[in-house]
Amino acid sequence: MKPAVFDYVRAANKREALQQLTEHGEQARIIAGGQSLMAVLNMRLAQPKVLIDINQASDLHYLKVENNCLKVGAAVRQVELLDRTSLVDEVPLLAQAMPWIGHFQTRNRGTVCGSVAHADPSAEIPLCLVTLGGTVVLESLKGKRREVPAAEFFQGVLTTEKRPDEMVVEVQFPLREADVIYRFHEVAMRHGDFALVALAACIRQGEVDLGVGGVADRPTLRRLPLGAELKDSLNTLAWSLGAQDDVHASAPYRRQLVRELGQQLIEDNDHARAS
Amino acid sequence: MHVRADQRFPIQIELNGRQREGLAEPRMQLCDFLRHELGTTGVHVGCEHGVCGACTVLVDGVASRSCLMLAVQAHERRIDTVESLSRDNIMNDLQQAFSRHHALQCGFCTAGILMSCVEFLERVPSPDETQVRDMLSGHLCRCTGYTGMVRAVLEVAQQRQETLVENNNDV
Repeated sequence: MKPAVFDYVRAANKREALQQLTEHGEQARIIAGGQSLMAVLNMRLAQPKVLIDINQASDLHYLKVENNCLKVGAAVRQVELLDRTSLVDEVPLLAQAMPWIGHFQTRNRGTVCGSVAHADPSAEIPLCLVTLGGTVVLESLKGKRREVPAAEFFQGVLTTEKRPDEMVVEVQFPLREADVIYRFHEVAMRHGDFALVALAACIRQGEVDLGVGGVADRPTLRRLPLGAELKDSLNTLAWSLGAQDDVHASAPYRRQLVRELGQQLIEDNDHARAS
Repeated sequence: MHVRADQRFPIQIELNGRQREGLAEPRMQLCDFLRHELGTTGVHVGCEHGVCGACTVLVDGVASRSCLMLAVQAHERRIDTVESLSRDNIMNDLQQAFSRHHALQCGFCTAGILMSCVEFLERVPSPDETQVRDMLSGHLCRCTGYTGMVRAVLEVAQQRQETLVENNNDV
């Protein structure tokens, strides 16, 4: 299908984009890579009156390490993170997750912040951000710059804490901690498809922070004990996520994936190395 | 740059090495612009929501879905379509390998796949089968089962590497 009509504004910088947002509010949408939004527009699930393109906003195009975080500006494409050779040392969880995101053709254009703003419950970048305790930076022209913890930012399917006059200008991934093992794995119908279940783990001494994507309406993070209690706590976690049946997988299958994949990811070293 | 919804904007692009111009209203997808305004009907439009990959073109040398991009976004950019591959009606090595290995049947998906392969082989000159299959996972082909494509891409990669070595030896 073809999108409904809209005005197109190419913003030269962040300020111009925020001005447009202030002027048009809920009638406007920011477009960066467009790998999710264009599909939504083509299917007319969204019909904004104004589309604000930030691809040329050079002040939103930066990747930097600062205050123990990797800071990613709104115009940075996924392929740029994937090609960053130091990523595996800086944010190893993200380095493991990047190849699972869409396909090479969509990572070429899709942005990191765009995936966060879109808030698909099965998306990998939001899952990593929540699991690592990252931050989403929101800005508007009139209001204050807000730094929202990722766990509070995601509020449901395609629903976030962002107000209509705000935009996601940056996301911040905490750098790797010493003595933490990071692991990521997911199951999808085909490689690159939406995850049926995606798991991200930060394994510490005696406990694990396990993030689950693709099951609940948003990425969910739980702290679980390691050792004999792990199996039971994974089961409790699996039941707590409100898994739904859909055309791709049944709710019991999704729960089983959380239990089995979770245990493999956390305990099986060979498996983690292979993935 | 502000284009009103009812306005047709003169878009300038470098298409397959030539400077071209056409009109597009903001909502026009790049794939439709390339086909209907500029006549490069080698761009095939399949699903129109970024799943099938048939409309893949190179934007500034990077493989992208042209259904997930607006024509206005391509203003002053370089676009290459499948028409850029052959010269004087002779198919390039990749196209010939696709033909030789039966990597296509109906051919609908082929134009997009070829463009992905062009960028892929520049980024990964000596891929293994897993890498080729990973690249192809961004495309849907309902005829072939992909095996012929994998063979074709691997063969072209090897041939190009051999040519490279020969040329270096000549020097």
